[in-house]
Amino acid sequence: MSKRSKRYEYYETLEVNKDTFIHEIPEIGLKTMSGPDDPKPSIRIVDGRIVEMDNKPDQEFDLIDKFIAKYAIDPDMAEEAMAVDSLEFARKIIDINVPRSEIVRFTAGMTPAKLVEIVSYLNPVEIMMAVQKMRTRKTPANQAHVCNRKDDPALLAADAAVAALTGFDEIETTVGVSRHALSTALGILIGSQIGRQGVLTQCSVEELLELSIGMRGFTTYAETLSVYGTEKVFQYGDDSPWSKMFLTSAYLSRGIKNRFTSGSGSEALMGEAEGKSMLYLEARCIAIIRGAGCQGVQNGGIDCVYISSALPSGHYVTMAENLIAMLWDLECASGCDGIWSGSKTRNAAHMLPWIITGTDYIHSGFGATSIMDNMFGGAGFNVQDLDDEIAIQRDFKVDATLKSLTEEEHIQVRSKAARAIQILCEELDLPRYTDEQIEKVIYAHSSDDIDRNMNDNIRMSEEIIKNNITLVDLLSAFLKAGENEIAEQLLGFIKQRIAGDYLQTAAIFKKGMKCLSAVNDNNDYAGPGTGYRLGKERWEEIKDIRQAISPDDLIKAQSLEENSKGALEMVLEEVDIVSKENKLYEVVIGISPAFGKALNKTLSDLYVGDVIYEILAGIEEEGINARIIRVENSTDLGMIGSIASKLSGSGVAIGIQSKGTTVIQHKDLPPLDNLELFSIAPLLTLDKYRKIGKNAALYAKGKCPSTVPVSWNDEMLVFRTRAFPKVVMLQQVEEESVDPEKGCTELKAHFNRRR
Amino acid sequence: MKKIEINIQDYPFGTKKPEMIKTLTGKRLDEITLDSVRSGEITENDIRISPETLLLQAEVAEKSKRKFLGKSFRRAAELCNMPDEKIMEIYNLLRPFRCTKQELNRIADELEQSYNAVLNAELVREACAAYEERGFLKK
Repeated sequence: MSKRSKRYEYYETLEVNKDTFIHEIPEIGLKTMSGPDDPKPSIRIVDGRIVEMDNKPDQEFDLIDKFIAKYAIDPDMAEEAMAVDSLEFARKIIDINVPRSEIVRFTAGMTPAKLVEIVSYLNPVEIMMAVQKMRTRKTPANQAHVCNRKDDPALLAADAAVAALTGFDEIETTVGVSRHALSTALGILIGSQIGRQGVLTQCSVEELLELSIGMRGFTTYAETLSVYGTEKVFQYGDDSPWSKMFLTSAYLSRGIKNRFTSGSGSEALMGEAEGKSMLYLEARCIAIIRGAGCQGVQNGGIDCVYISSALPSGHYVTMAENLIAMLWDLECASGCDGIWSGSKTRNAAHMLPWIITGTDYIHSGFGATSIMDNMFGGAGFNVQDLDDEIAIQRDFKVDATLKSLTEEEHIQVRSKAARAIQILCEELDLPRYTDEQIEKVIYAHSSDDIDRNMNDNIRMSEEIIKNNITLVDLLSAFLKAGENEIAEQLLGFIKQRIAGDYLQTAAIFKKGMKCLSAVNDNNDYAGPGTGYRLGKERWEEIKDIRQAISPDDLIKAQSLEENSKGALEMVLEEVDIVSKENKLYEVVIGISPAFGKALNKTLSDLYVGDVIYEILAGIEEEGINARIIRVENSTDLGMIGSIASKLSGSGVAIGIQSKGTTVIQHKDLPPLDNLELFSIAPLLTLDKYRKIGKNAALYAKGKCPSTVPVSWNDEMLVFRTRAFPKVVMLQQVEEESVDPEKGCTELKAHFNRRR
Repeated sequence: MKKIEINIQDYPFGTKKPEMIKTLTGKRLDEITLDSVRSGEITENDIRISPETLLLQAEVAEKSKRKFLGKSFRRAAELCNMPDEKIMEIYNLLRPFRCTKQELNRIADELEQSYNAVLNAELVREACAAYEERGFLKK
């Protein structure tokens, strides 16, 4: 092309077009569904043993097939379940008259290819409906990442405390340097319990190290037990389904909840997809997890979400794989953790379905620190998106489990958590924090704001190992320091470790250490009025975000003191009505009842005194006289303009409301017609008001000026969106100022110059 | 397999039936107090989950129709008294190409004989058989 379209050149500058989009390459596994070598579902059972599965005889079974056939499929149920028509069953999944328990009774006997065939019949809306019914736990939950680039335990504790208080039920950390693992795990354990007792924590490191941290009592769950959908990739991961099966029980034996991690795309990434689709291979992963006897999975893209985001139906497949986990009765931490796209719109679209439906963990996890501190390589939503998600749950009236904290609450909980780490370091003779360092941690946004030497953190981890410090020692240290409240919180948590209730499927702790799991909070969704519903108290909490303003705030923001802090103060003096006789060259400015009284700021944040000053200046420039009248008995702009024009010697008037909406009117025009109308007040600047004054004067002189142009850009339109919600409240104030008995009041404006 | 009669309504035990829970060292939950920690009576093992509790949780899982998870709890119960290092060693040896058939079978025997870990021994033997058929044993 020799000549480029300016529109297409513009398109190229957009973030979405910097994303990578690729065509499907089915033979190397770059296809989300219906791969060329995906098998047809089948099962054959002889003497209670599966001898054929998904079109493959047992002599040809690879390691994964063997595992799935032996452990993951209930042979007693298999023949009946596999005989079910897939389309019919897909309909049952979203049929409110078929309970969840009935669905999972059948899926217990189904093969990976069968479940893939079934979910392929559901469209995204149906998948959302299915998730609402099929997730294991009725109450949704959410998970956060809390890490920092310096692996600083006090900063970890402070951020974990905030995340816990904000409502995250699980907090996951990882390290920059593996030698920091113990001090890091300790940081989030203490911080999270101070923020909200019962939050489960994890330190994601190499599997043996992770197990050892859990054994010490510093973590309560693990989720990085990775599995893969082909034998080769499993082998690359240096594991087998059996080693993972042993590991999941090993974690349970130490009272550590665990879930596996999978997610489509990893096989293609490793070049070993065997011509299978991403969804089919993921279904195999989920089957392994089920067979291994683990309670749940983290999936939905996860580490390879970037591959899904580049392919056709990439998001569809992340949704479908989450649903398969739920259909197999597993807790599902539903991903939403990676960055889907460089485009904010695509990225938010990726998160939205699960924010709305709720899942066992909507994000796994949400980056609850600055993105540069997220040692998982950043998350899709980070602290810069936290207020967005809190607003989104308020917008949709759904529960993303979060709550808005005030700045005071934020500082207070950080202070408690950071000081707890300082106390621990003193009591256990670990490298200490000075008061100045702790102060910096409390008020920090990111690890750039703190200055502890990182070697102290390595030494801290070394000391923990050398002195074999365990959870009991932490508790003793707090007791010795007289920190009974923290000790009490830790003790309550320790008791839960002994009881192990949270090892059951999808368990979390809510207020008062109330353990909720698929056992005692099983999802009983059966259509409208059932399943998880927002309670009144929780809805009040969701509504009450810190940024929300009340009428009182708005009225205060409209006061004269708040608005006349600039160069000018306008005083409107009541004078006798001036006759219009023989005043051909005048313009009358009609103002609304509360203008300059209760209301002093327009929607474009301008002080009304400045607005009048500019209008008067514009009129004066043309050598025309100006008068001001207040229309006392109407708030309607058309009426104000019309009444003012009838009092004007020239017949020309400007009508203006307190919010800044303006009209240039002529006495011979009906109230709803006009010379010029400026209906979008937030777009009006002082410069425009001056031009409006000038034009009105020109009309008064009988001229026909070109109209005052009002243009806008993205920023101004956003400004309008933000200003308009205030209109209703401002209008209310105007109405209250109306005096139907009064007509008009003639005013004289005085301007006191402040500087 | 040991069967314990439980009432699913008693779950979560930690809050509803704490008297049913004992620690690995046999202490009752109400013996774990700030005072007992202060006086140094509580050690690391006193705050660990016991095989009995894991079997209780296995019953809960099975009663909730999650038999695979139930079995995992039962395997876990067998591992409770096994030292951390031994657990990590076995996990490592179960990875591909770490052991010969004889070595894996020896681990299974040890699990059975030294730890009475019958289910875990079964897991190792089944792994061994699958590894042998697919060529995942140490050559």
